[in-house]
Amino acid sequence: MSERGFLPGVFKGLGITMKTMARPAVTHEYPDARPDLPPRSRGVIALVEENCTSCMLCARECPDWCIYIEGHKETIPATTPGGRERQRNVLDRFAIDYALCMYCGICVEVCPFDALYWSPQFEYAEFDIQDLLHEKERLGQWVQTVPVPPALDERAPDAAEVVSANKPPRVPRPAAAAGDATGAVSAAGEAPVRRERPAGGDRPARAERPAPEAAAGAPTDATTDAATPATRDAEPAAPPEPPEPAVPAEPPVAPEEETS
Amino acid sequence: MGAAMSVWEVVLRSVAVLAAFLVLPLLVGFMEHKVMAHMQARLGPMYAGGFHGWAQLIADAAKFVQKDDLLPTAADKGVFRLAPSLALIPYLVALAVVPLSPSIVGADAPASAVVVLAATAVGVLGGLMAGWASANKYSLLGGLRSAAQLIAYELPMVLAVASVALAAGTLSLTGIATEWRPWWLLWQLPAAFVFLAGGCAEIQRPPFDMPLADSEIVFGPYTEYSGLRFALFLLAEYAGIVLMSLLMSVMFLGAWHGPWSGPLGWLWTILKAVPIAFLFLWFRNSWPRLREDQLQRFAWLVLVPLALVQLLITAVGVVMMR
Repeated sequence: MSERGFLPGVFKGLGITMKTMARPAVTHEYPDARPDLPPRSRGVIALVEENCTSCMLCARECPDWCIYIEGHKETIPATTPGGRERQRNVLDRFAIDYALCMYCGICVEVCPFDALYWSPQFEYAEFDIQDLLHEKERLGQWVQTVPVPPALDERAPDAAEVVSANKPPRVPRPAAAAGDATGAVSAAGEAPVRRERPAGGDRPARAERPAPEAAAGAPTDATTDAATPATRDAEPAAPPEPPEPAVPAEPPVAPEEETS
Repeated sequence: MGAAMSVWEVVLRSVAVLAAFLVLPLLVGFMEHKVMAHMQARLGPMYAGGFHGWAQLIADAAKFVQKDDLLPTAADKGVFRLAPSLALIPYLVALAVVPLSPSIVGADAPASAVVVLAATAVGVLGGLMAGWASANKYSLLGGLRSAAQLIAYELPMVLAVASVALAAGTLSLTGIATEWRPWWLLWQLPAAFVFLAGGCAEIQRPPFDMPLADSEIVFGPYTEYSGLRFALFLLAEYAGIVLMSLLMSVMFLGAWHGPWSGPLGWLWTILKAVPIAFLFLWFRNSWPRLREDQLQRFAWLVLVPLALVQLLITAVGVVMMR
């Protein structure tokens, strides 16, 4: 400890504390003044019960197994005479044990049906740790406090829901293509919805793409087409496909992607 | 004063000193709460009593009273029980002889400067006894550090007081304050510095809180204490700040010297003591704790030589002015 270095440091310390004292305190007087939390704070997880299909993805991904889901299957009678009966899952119980939850948000991320949301609400402390297990009724109440999603960027593409809602109504398909499609329907169950999209509606969107992305997209398109012959048949039906010359231009890319 | 003091006057004076002894440390303690909070960009207590938590320390006292008075099995029980009182009462005795103005003083002893020094030294013994009686290695370490610190810092303090006593030609605190002149501020400046540092060490306030050192030996001699006995130690700490601030005010800052010193002399003495008390709090919040060896080096290699030089300067001044 040299005398030279000692004195200035001593006074610097005094200066810092005095400066801090002159500034207003940073304390938020919480119970009296509400904290201004950022809208996407991880306060509590809210459940939109109607969206939940009891798929159990959240419960299985939860690192500490704090989600309890119970459900049963209900049979829906056929709507047309001679039709097939359908089955659907009914949610009996959905509970999150907030004594276990570590607020990682994986359940919110993993939910494919947007049934779970983060809410900034945080005032649900209890005197007994066992009272922190909240059932779906309580989780549903927190939906009121879920903030509206942030606005999209100015030039962002429309949200998937908006696109599907604005889709032009179905047009009757030409006879030749229809015969081709019926074969595919039997092969790939869910496929008909996608395949019946009119080619005219699809194409402008693709043309707007920037050139390099289109070129890069082309080989992958080609490989996936190769994997499923049914779709391959459909693709050539659209004659003016611009990136087709790109396929021979980049032959090494495609195999690598296929192996990976 | 003298011999003609009636019993009632004695009682009245004792009660007055006791009241001051119980109120002033609480004020300093509350000031510490608030100053420390704001130096750390916090607000400090805000609820107890309604207005800015003014009753926080009273609430704390109520809490301490309710707590269990623990007694370690291996403790030396009598000494253990006695230690907090021994830490606290000497400050009460010392406070009784500190004058607020020529007429307002608990007991105007002819050698009150000596009484004060003796009493504060006894106060440190309380910590030593607590450390020994607790039968706890941390307490013992703290007690020994406390003893080492007492030996190291008592000497420069005595020398600093000797300097002003020499300058004033009296050992009475009232006499010293009466003789005080504004230019003493400069003349006795080294002594004032030595007394401030020594006083800070004497009452074991940071940065000289090696005997307590809560981050290394738990809480030193106070480790095993709880409840009211622990509260007495805390009260002794704040009483120590009050005493050292008042002594600084009386011996080095001219006590009641100031405008309207006749009727408002006591106010001047207290007003001059407040910034000193603030200094103790400020040091605590600004500086880290000195290591044990740094502590000893500072006492023996800085304070003692400085106090001796001051004594020399004072002696030369006194001789030249005569």
